[in-house]
Parts: sequence; C-alpha cells; structure tokens
Amino acid sequence: MSEEYSLEIVNPEKSFLSKDDVTEVVVPAFEGEIGILKDHISIISFLKPGIIKIFSNSGEESFYVNDGIIEFKNNNLSILTSLILNLKDIDKEKISEIQKSAEEELNKSEINDQEKYLLDQKLEVLKSIN
Amino acid sequence: MASLDDLKKRISSVKSTQKITKAMKMVAAAKLRRAQENAEKGRPYSDKMNNIILNLSNGISDIDNAPKLLSGTGQDKVHLCVVMTSDRGLCGGFNTNIIKKAKLYFQKILDEGKTLKIITVGTKGYDQLKRLYADNIIERMSFKESKNTNYFDADKVSKIIIEKFEKKEFDVCAIFYNQFKNVITQIPQEQQIIPLKTSEKEENSSEHSYEFEPEEDEILSNLLPKNISTQIFKAMLENSASEQGSRMSAMDNATRNAGEMVDKLTIEYNRSRQAAITKELIEIISGAESL
Repeated sequence: MSEEYSLEIVNPEKSFLSKDDVTEVVVPAFEGEIGILKDHISIISFLKPGIIKIFSNSGEESFYVNDGIIEFKNNNLSILTSLILNLKDIDKEKISEIQKSAEEELNKSEINDQEKYLLDQKLEVLKSIN
Repeated sequence: MASLDDLKKRISSVKSTQKITKAMKMVAAAKLRRAQENAEKGRPYSDKMNNIILNLSNGISDIDNAPKLLSGTGQDKVHLCVVMTSDRGLCGGFNTNIIKKAKLYFQKILDEGKTLKIITVGTKGYDQLKRLYADNIIERMSFKESKNTNYFDADKVSKIIIEKFEKKEFDVCAIFYNQFKNVITQIPQEQQIIPLKTSEKEENSSEHSYEFEPEEDEILSNLLPKNISTQIFKAMLENSASEQGSRMSAMDNATRNAGEMVDKLTIEYNRSRQAAITKELIEIISGAESL
C-alpha cells in the first residue's frame, strides 16, 4: 500500500519526531479537526491546543500540543510547535502545571475573546487527559 | 631586582591562576559541545518557520493590508535595538564584538537624526552600554537564573518587543548577536526583525499555491509574533554557543600565556639564585685571599 507520506514534528529545541510511514494524521486545527491523508492539497494552518493523532504502519500515537503551525506540501507534513508531549509517557505533574498557569491566565481581566477561547480549549483538553 | 622570595611568590600565584583558567577552559569545552548541539538542533525549526512565512508572504495579494509586523509602519523614525550579550565575563572579545557592531549601528541612526531605543539582554551588554547610552536604554533583561537557553525566555523578550510595537513606540527593530561559526570564529550579526526582510525570496516557491485555513492575513498575524520569538530564540542559541566557544579559546590563550610567564619567572629566579651563590663565593674567596 503506497498510501504513506512523511511527517516531521519540530519544536524549538530539536526535531521531535520524524516518520516516513504515516498514513493519516489528525490535527486540531484552528477551525476544527483536520485529517490529512496522502495527496492532500497543499495547506498551511494553525493548531489550537489539542491532541495530534498519528496513524502509521507501526501503530497509532497521540501527542498533546499547545499550539502550532502545520504545512503540508508535496506529501511532506511539517508540524511546528512550541510544546509537545507524548500521551504515552505523560507526566501528570507537568500537565497540572500547565493547567494551573492556563487557569491563572484565564482569570486575568485583560484577555480578549480569542485568547479566552483558546485557553478554554486548552483546559478542556488537559482535563480530558489528566 | 626582585628578591628571591618575591619571585617565588609570583611564580606560585601565576601557577594558581593557570589552574583556574585551565579549569574554566575545560568547563567551557564541555558546555560548548552541548550548546553547539542545541544550536544545531534548533535550526530546523527556524528554517521551517522562515520557509512558511516566505511562502505566505508570497501568496499574499493585498500588500497594503498586510499585518504591520510584516510591512512595517511605513515610517523609519524610531529604531529599537535588542543587544544580546552574555551574563558572565571572561570570554574574550565576545561581548565587545557585539557592542562594537551595535555601536556602529547606533551612531548611524543618531547621525541620521533618528530616535534610538535599546533593550539589553544579558548583564554584560548593559554594563558596557550604560555609560554612553544610558538615556536610550528602555529595558534591561537577563536570564541568569535559567540554566539552559529555553524557548520561554525568548518568548518573554519577544512579548515585550511586540507590546511596544503595538503601542507604536518604534518603527524598526533589529537584534544583535554573535553567530557561531566555529570555536575561534564568531561573527557579530545585525538582523532586522521588524519589518521582516524577505530578501531571500526563492523564485520557485511562488509557483506553489496553498490552501489556507483560516485566511492568509489571520495566519500571518498569528505567525509573525511567533516568528519573532523563534528568531530571538535562534539568536540566543547561537549566542550561547558562541559564548562558550569564545570563552574556551580565551581561556586556552590565558593558560598558555600563564605557562610562558611561569617559564620566564623560573629562569629569572634561577639566575638570581645563581648570582647570589656566586656573590657569596666571591666574598668567601676574597676574604680568604686577604688573610
């Protein structure tokens, strides 16, 4: 089956993950989840806090991301994100920490609707995995 | 001529200085390897980011309505300079090189009658600039507490920059840092981040059309602040690798110089010891002869 394409996830510190046998990636894009299969049209989009699901020949993996940008071009998917955690070996303490800082941020008065929406999203996702 | 005792003291003090510089060199070498690794690992992110922005700005149809961070305010009156230096000294010309580069730029700005504002990152830069440009420094930051260069520190810097930009406090922003080439060569860099310079446009990238979700403008206005953080983070990584490299070669030199000094002093010590013995002998002999 030649339904595979390559995926690279990078965060500022390093290249986090690189795979050549990905069949589908579901990303939490800004305007709703997008599933990307091979030969998808070239696309650039944003991520909101959520779960990235990667289906590959070697199995299924899930990651939590804080934010990010995706670019799909010529069957290469790049995901840039500032914070990414593997759901398999997730650190409960770390999650609580992020959750706490998000809550604090939410209680500040000067945030706008968009930020509020993003933070709400974040908390929801964090609660669901914690 | 210094007495034998003085020479002895000087030799031992130079030797202990040599021990310190040698230890600092080893520490710097160990840190350098890690910093260099980090700098290399960080490159894909900023490269990719750059690529995406290039593709985006090529795709944008209405340049007049493009986000201000990309196109600038249309003015060129107030310049903001972010000077990134280290928090520690004893690293050769590292800080001085950045400052030198920055000062040239400052002079140019001031000569043209424009307003200059400075943000210093790292305490050494502040120390060197406060004498001449104390009135221009609007903010000083240092990340002494963070052990490693991390993205969140870079984010803090960029948040301040963006906040000031939104308040229309400046028109053009440039950052100064040292690019790491190798252990003995670090190149001081001046990089303009607002408005973004897209001079390295690839010709072939414009052929490719993208689907955007949400609209181009919205993506750009979200992406550009991130790009600033990324550029600053990259500068920080390059800087930390450069700092260690510079310190390593500076300490290597210092160790060698101390070694030479010890050799010279030892020769002098031996000579004067021999002279003292000869003098004593002459005294004894001439004493015996006069009897």
